[in-house]
Amino acid sequence: MVKLGFSIGDLQFKNPVITASGTFGYGSEFDDFLDISRLGGIVVKGTTLEPREGHPYPRMAETASGMLNAVGLQNKGIDYFEKNIYPRLSEYTTNVIVNINGSCIDDYVALTERINRLEKIPAIELNISCPNVKMGGMVFGTNPVSAREVTKAVRRVCLKKLIVKLSPNVTNIVDFARIAEEEGADSISLINTLLGMSVNVRSMKPSLSTITGGLSGPAIKPVALRMVWQVANTVKIPVIGMGGIMNADDAIEFILAGASAIQVGTASFIDPLASVKILEGIESYLVTKGFSDIREITGLINRSK
Amino acid sequence: MTKRIESLKVIDNKPLKKDFFIIELESSEKLPEMKPGQFVQARVDGSKETFLRRPLSLHDVDYTNNRFKILVQVVGKGTESLSRLKTKDSLNLIYPLGNSFSLPEKGARTLLVGGGCGIAPLLYLGRYLKSHSIIPDILLGFRNSDRVLECKDYEAVGNVFLTTEDGSAGEKGFVTNHSLLGKARYDKVYCCGPEMMMKAIAGWCKKNNTDCEVSLENLMGCGIGACLCCVVNTVKGNVCTCTDGPVFNTKELIW
Ligand SMILES: Cc1cc2nc3c(=O)[nH]c(=O)nc-3n(C[C@H](O)[C@H](O)[C@H](O)COP(=O)(O)OP(=O)(O)OC[C@H]3O[C@@H](n4cnc5c(N)ncnc54)[C@H](O)[C@@H]3O)c2cc1C
Ligand SMILES: Cc1cc2nc3c(=O)[nH]c(=O)nc-3n(C[C@H](O)[C@H](O)[C@H](O)COP(=O)(O)O)c2cc1C
Ligand code: FES
Repeated sequence: MVKLGFSIGDLQFKNPVITASGTFGYGSEFDDFLDISRLGGIVVKGTTLEPREGHPYPRMAETASGMLNAVGLQNKGIDYFEKNIYPRLSEYTTNVIVNINGSCIDDYVALTERINRLEKIPAIELNISCPNVKMGGMVFGTNPVSAREVTKAVRRVCLKKLIVKLSPNVTNIVDFARIAEEEGADSISLINTLLGMSVNVRSMKPSLSTITGGLSGPAIKPVALRMVWQVANTVKIPVIGMGGIMNADDAIEFILAGASAIQVGTASFIDPLASVKILEGIESYLVTKGFSDIREITGLINRSK
Repeated sequence: MTKRIESLKVIDNKPLKKDFFIIELESSEKLPEMKPGQFVQARVDGSKETFLRRPLSLHDVDYTNNRFKILVQVVGKGTESLSRLKTKDSLNLIYPLGNSFSLPEKGARTLLVGGGCGIAPLLYLGRYLKSHSIIPDILLGFRNSDRVLECKDYEAVGNVFLTTEDGSAGEKGFVTNHSLLGKARYDKVYCCGPEMMMKAIAGWCKKNNTDCEVSLENLMGCGIGACLCCVVNTVKGNVCTCTDGPVFNTKELIW
């Protein structure tokens, strides 16, 4: 048996495959296809204090090897989550992480306090990187001052493990990783979607109602990998890499570049089984290569220098 | 209802007129229960242009042979690629997805309206209605006679009426111009086709106090309720077309 586990502080994950926020619903959407408890964890849909309707249709456009989305954090709010979704989520025997979003620092703080009382949620993923909301979201994640303020404020109240999710839409990702670490983040996840757009030449209109949206899928993988590598070489806390991971080889690239764990996003839309296939693929890669613990290859490319 | 991911065998790919074709698929297992109005998410070919799956309606289902059909119109690269599938190829699907058309009350006077590839789900719906002793009128709209599809299958489940925009077959004009709508009275209308057509039919139904269900063809990212990309605005706010739909009563929609 190869060891696949990793940890964020004293929080253990049975393996490094986690599903990405906004791409795996609340898990139940995938119950017909796979046993979610096999995964290292799931990050549920971006959650806000109040319910949000999100952006008008059309919210999606397919692009070469990827897709643009402009969902705009549609969700039913924390009250609904706590009453109607949390009880079922707490039955999964895997780490269920809530991705939190706000329009102002007070929202993030209030949300964190609400999640503090949910015993079965071991970690919060602080999304300061959503390109799809006008107020907040990426504004926090692309400005070093506000990125620091929001991380500091959440850390002050947060009783859970705190993962800060970074936006790739910045000049120097390393600055933001440092800020997150300095302000007490337990882990960093990246990347969120890259800001992009598409125009429908038939209708001669922008493809998305919001004109611009977030690009995900294999199209962004090289950018994501580069950023994960930079961040992993900068901070001491565990880095969770994502962006265009479709198969085990993609995932292993991130791990070799320094990611302690990975998240599977858009891939689940095309193959709902992608996450478990990736998990199985990582395991057989390690066996074939003769490793007994995934940690032997974490950041391997950075050691041989 | 359990959804599954499966690679099905292509039994036949029959070209129809112009850019329409019908693919017959066979499962190696017993088919799950599949209802009229439900759809499949087809993995086209995995090329970089057809990255996401394509939603397609159930056209007809044959439980005895574990086979079903989809009727497809070529509109872009994904459907073009599907048109090239050959017997013995396989097609990977997630299915069955979505809700379904509701069964009208016993003896309801029923009309099915379809335009373009929107006629696809109406055959299976017609069969379902017939099995409940309802023989619907079926009004199909096409651009011109070049595109009028073989209607024999439809004739077996209802009374078929045609329109073409140029009058080259059936009555001239859009489905909403057909004389049938001036004469007959219906208790229930089911409609699938271009949004403009569905809105016009919904308007006619509203005026005539007729209950109307439409099947929407919103763009979809996943088809299983995970991405929230396919929403439509309803009296209950934004809901997913892939899980709460694709069939909606027009009373629920904010059109
Ligand atoms: C529930 C559901 C059931 C469907 N059933 C059928 C069916 O039975 N038979 C059938 O032929 N088609 C059906 N469709 C439509 C079908 O999914 C699209 O035509 C197909 O995905 C187009 O793929 P493509 O790669 O060929 O076109 P693309 O290259 O992706 O697109 C070509 C052009 O068509 C536009 N377009 C593509 N999809 C849609 C759409 N859904 N709505 C509006 N514009 C669109 C694009 O914006 C683009 O301009 C259904 C759609 C849904 C949501
Ligand atoms: C439809 C969609 C919705 C998303 N919603 C969220 C969200 O609510 N919160 C968040 O932090 N990231 C969200 N993301 C970003 C993903 O979690 C992930 O960071 C990104 O898609 C890159 O990974 P991928 O290429 O594997 O999809 C969303 C992505 C998609 C495609
Ligand atoms: S298509 Fe993804 S939620 Fe409907």
